[in-house]
Amino acid sequence: MKLKTALLGAAGAVCLSSMAFAEGHEGERGRDGHLSIIYWQAPSILNPYLSGGTKDVESSSLVIEPLARHDQNGALVPYLAVEIPTVGNGGVSEDLTSITWKLQEGLLWSDGTPVTAADVVFTANYCMAPDGGCAQLAKFEGVASVEALDDLTVKVTFTGPKPNPYLPFVGAQSPIIQAAQFADCLGAKAPECTDANFGPIGTGPFVVTDFRTNDVIQLEANQNYRDANKPAFATVTFKGGGDATASARAVLETGEFDYAWNLQLAPDVIAGMAAAGVGTPVSAFGTLVERIEVNMTNPSPDLPEGERSTAAHPHPFMSDPAVRAALSMAIDRNLLVEVGYGQAGRPTCNLVPAPAIFASDNTGCLTQDIEGAKALLDGAGWVDSNGDGVREKDGVELRVLYQTSTNAVRQDFQALIKEWWGEIGVATELRNIDASVFFGGDPGSPDTYQKFYADVEMYANNFEGTDPESYVAAYTCDKAPGPDSQWQGENVNRFCDPAYDALVAELGGTADIEERGRLVRMMNDMLTKDSNVIIPLVDRGRVSAHANTLGGVVLNTFDSELWNAADWYRVGN
Amino acid sequence: MTDPSLDMSTVAPTRNQWWDVWDQFKSHRGAVIGAMFLIFITLFVVVGPWLYGVDPAKLDIRNKDMRPFYLGLFTDVKWSWTRPLGTDHLGRDIMANLMQGGKISLAVGWVAMLLALVLGTLVGVFAGFFKRLDGPLMRFTDLVLSLPLLPLLLVMMLLFRDPLRASFGPETGIFILIVTGIGITSWMHTARIVRGDILAIKEREFVLAARSIGTPPRRVIMRHLLPNVMSPIMVSATLGLATAIITESALSFLGLGFPSDFPTWGKILFDSVDRMTNFPERVIWPGLAISLTVLSVNYIGDGLRDALDPRIRGL
Repeated sequence: MKLKTALLGAAGAVCLSSMAFAEGHEGERGRDGHLSIIYWQAPSILNPYLSGGTKDVESSSLVIEPLARHDQNGALVPYLAVEIPTVGNGGVSEDLTSITWKLQEGLLWSDGTPVTAADVVFTANYCMAPDGGCAQLAKFEGVASVEALDDLTVKVTFTGPKPNPYLPFVGAQSPIIQAAQFADCLGAKAPECTDANFGPIGTGPFVVTDFRTNDVIQLEANQNYRDANKPAFATVTFKGGGDATASARAVLETGEFDYAWNLQLAPDVIAGMAAAGVGTPVSAFGTLVERIEVNMTNPSPDLPEGERSTAAHPHPFMSDPAVRAALSMAIDRNLLVEVGYGQAGRPTCNLVPAPAIFASDNTGCLTQDIEGAKALLDGAGWVDSNGDGVREKDGVELRVLYQTSTNAVRQDFQALIKEWWGEIGVATELRNIDASVFFGGDPGSPDTYQKFYADVEMYANNFEGTDPESYVAAYTCDKAPGPDSQWQGENVNRFCDPAYDALVAELGGTADIEERGRLVRMMNDMLTKDSNVIIPLVDRGRVSAHANTLGGVVLNTFDSELWNAADWYRVGN
Repeated sequence: MTDPSLDMSTVAPTRNQWWDVWDQFKSHRGAVIGAMFLIFITLFVVVGPWLYGVDPAKLDIRNKDMRPFYLGLFTDVKWSWTRPLGTDHLGRDIMANLMQGGKISLAVGWVAMLLALVLGTLVGVFAGFFKRLDGPLMRFTDLVLSLPLLPLLLVMMLLFRDPLRASFGPETGIFILIVTGIGITSWMHTARIVRGDILAIKEREFVLAARSIGTPPRRVIMRHLLPNVMSPIMVSATLGLATAIITESALSFLGLGFPSDFPTWGKILFDSVDRMTNFPERVIWPGLAISLTVLSVNYIGDGLRDALDPRIRGL
């Protein structure tokens, strides 16, 4: 009922605003009434530093903002900063070891206090605090110090030359948080500051009025937002949870919501819904790769809690490269694309599929090779000696637990891949976990993707912006999630190779773009083709949908989809 | 039940009372049809896969999205006699999946029902018969009544999934978990009904007589009370079976419960909702199977209640 009333109000506001502003979307703040957004994964926290989940990062991007973001083309645009610092304008030092950001003048937090360089410095200290388990630590890789030169100037110094210095404070994963609000939340105390984590004070277009964990967020326009005419919407309902089908239906068929995120549905299903004519699906290709991650450590429940899935116990069979290679060879990626994504996907063998300079020419996996996989396993000594259809060696059977989030396309993938793996003599047990839990990052739950209490798991991930440095840097030894890091960290495979770590360090000191490309391609190959620790499946275009009455949506695969929510408006008739 | 007169031998040969029950049951048309359907569906899921011989998990991408024969006969769509109800979007046979899914759904239904029945009767009898236990047991019943099933199952999954999986394997482990979950959250109505009846019956003269000759409580319960509360127990059993099937379907529908490659009727329904408009048969058949089974079981319960009640049976 409430929603209906709100929608009626919004509809009324549309009529009024279109009459008053025939030109379209200029006018005073809050003129367009109510905006409803649906994400089928419910946000559990509004602090991206404590959660790697996309839903948490994106929902928080309505409230807190970074110094700069990448736009839909991957180019940097200043947000809180006056301009993008470069070597040319003197913002980046000649030796590439420091970057100096200038904040815009007169910026206010939503509580009315001024934004200062001290807040930026605090943000860095917050994430880099020891035993904090910051989920975005990769953003601060190689940062030696962050200091405030004056009230509006921040200097970030790196331990060595940093050819891509646009990592800290850039993008939705690294927004500025208010020092006053988070002052007592450093280090291990970070997860305890519930009020701050659920309702951060920000500079973004909206302010949280009510936060229900894993359910719904109510927001209203930030009265201190830097542009007096924005945002166009007075209030926002951010509904989380449900499933992709329901949210697609809510936008494309029934029109109950204005924006639905990441509609990972079969192509025929989306097309069928869009025929209703209420909303429009929008898509864009970015760097999102659906992949299977292989666990290099033993997830057996027989191990004591705290040692399970940690480097203390190598995986009994996944640590054999031949097994991983065979698993990859058995997969028909073209068929997966056909079944799951249609136009919105293409098969890939790369972890870094774009931009072109960083994409390896690795295409060996595109053809399915069941016989080759069998031969490889035979050669490595994995044979089915007891006739149960499952290969074994030294008493270890190739029985795989394969987990992913609950999603129709992913379950189809699971069914197909299970069949192929069955053909090469690998038994697969499937498990699907509610997406809010799987990506929730709750250290208390055994079912998160970071904990990885399974042999392989499937999900999609991407990197922000155009430089994959922090993305590939996530696979160094020290970023493996474990009990001592509150199970945070992006190296879910627990991949650990000193040669790889050395390449990450080398990349951090290389400025030449060609050379950087070569290094990233090399690292990509190390993780995929050479070791098959990551088995890439599909390069996914992002499909989202907005109501036909919602204007200003620019789908951005390089940052939060809500990156320009301040510019969204209601389209008149 | 009154004692038959002594000269009964001259009237008719002695006859097992279950024959009377059967006669009465037969006269309830709905119950008979329900029983026939239940037998049919049980044969369908138990003997069916053996006769039909198609692996429900077998993918056959080239033959995906086939339509059922009744559409194929009259319209120009892709169909085949070897796939009478069509195939899904990955080419899995829908009929084979219905059989396999029904086997699980019915098994969950029966086992969870029996568990709930035993628990409910036990609690009901104890609460009704022993005054001292009445208060605590009934408050405990109220407590369990207020437990929400979904969060409880989630917590149970979290705590017991891995140990159960380790000792019984993934499918049996989840089966035990779900059956226990449903069983321990659905015995309360039985317990309340049984308690009420026991309270009434234990004040009757024949119980008093039994006690006066020194029959111990165990014998009183077994010999005199339980047979008299049989009819409400049977009825709540049939209703319990229906509830358990529906609960399992709801859980599968929500994506909890069994692994994704392990079909149950609820799961088939859940997987098909996306393509409901284009392929309605994928929703209709499992939906129909669930509703008809539940309906038939309810009718059987209705018939049994009449049949088991001596007053209605006319004795």
